[in-house]
Amino acid sequence: MDITYDFEVYANDYQNAGNASSEIKKYLMQIGFTTKFIRKIVICAYEAEMNIVIHSLGGKLTITIDNKKIILTSTDKGPGIKDLDLALSEGYSTATEAVREMGFGAGMGLPNMKKNCKFFEIDSSSKGTIVKLSWEIKDETFS
Amino acid sequence: MLVSEFLNDDRFELVTDTINDKLIKGAYCGDLLSWVMSHAKKGDLWCTVLTHANVVAIATLLEVSCVIICESAPIESETIKKANQEKVNLIKTKLNSVEVIKKLWVENG
Repeated sequence: MDITYDFEVYANDYQNAGNASSEIKKYLMQIGFTTKFIRKIVICAYEAEMNIVIHSLGGKLTITIDNKKIILTSTDKGPGIKDLDLALSEGYSTATEAVREMGFGAGMGLPNMKKNCKFFEIDSSSKGTIVKLSWEIKDETFS
Repeated sequence: MLVSEFLNDDRFELVTDTINDKLIKGAYCGDLLSWVMSHAKKGDLWCTVLTHANVVAIATLLEVSCVIICESAPIESETIKKANQEKVNLIKTKLNSVEVIKKLWVENG
């Protein structure tokens, strides 16, 4: 049986940014996964959430859990990523100076996500970006 | 060392209402949030000059023991409010991050 939760994320909402990731973390802790496993998913959720806040017109994070895997999907309403290869390179960022002064825009968002998941897919057009990340659930992922 | 023991020093001031006492297991200094997110660990004392509310979000997600706002960086009221809600120990100091770590090193061995 699949369980799915959606979390709305708003563009430029820096005050509430991180709340969706925090809810996802609480949910994963309730299920009883190991701290190490949860950390990987939470890093990805936070980066995905911040990407929606910083770079998009708004979107949502969706987490789906079944017996074998966890899927985290970030879906936004655009404007899309112009150069995906560059966006996936460590250190490359299109964040504004004001956003960088807040400590964001290190150019590590997508690379961090790729590094911390088992499967990574990204699709982007002017209508929006979809990032799909997944992890296998094994006996050792439970504490 | 506990956060309460760390605070037995006039150079540090807790800006949140009460201490949520935790063991300081390590330390991390950083102002690039993606780097902090992927490298700081649970129980770390985190030194930063960033003061907006997202600092509290990261501190909560990582479960750091406390956040030290260095070099008297002015702290936004929204950040203090959120830190109180999330029971994050927010501490301010005139010291820079190197001086903070030096204190931790000397006193903690």
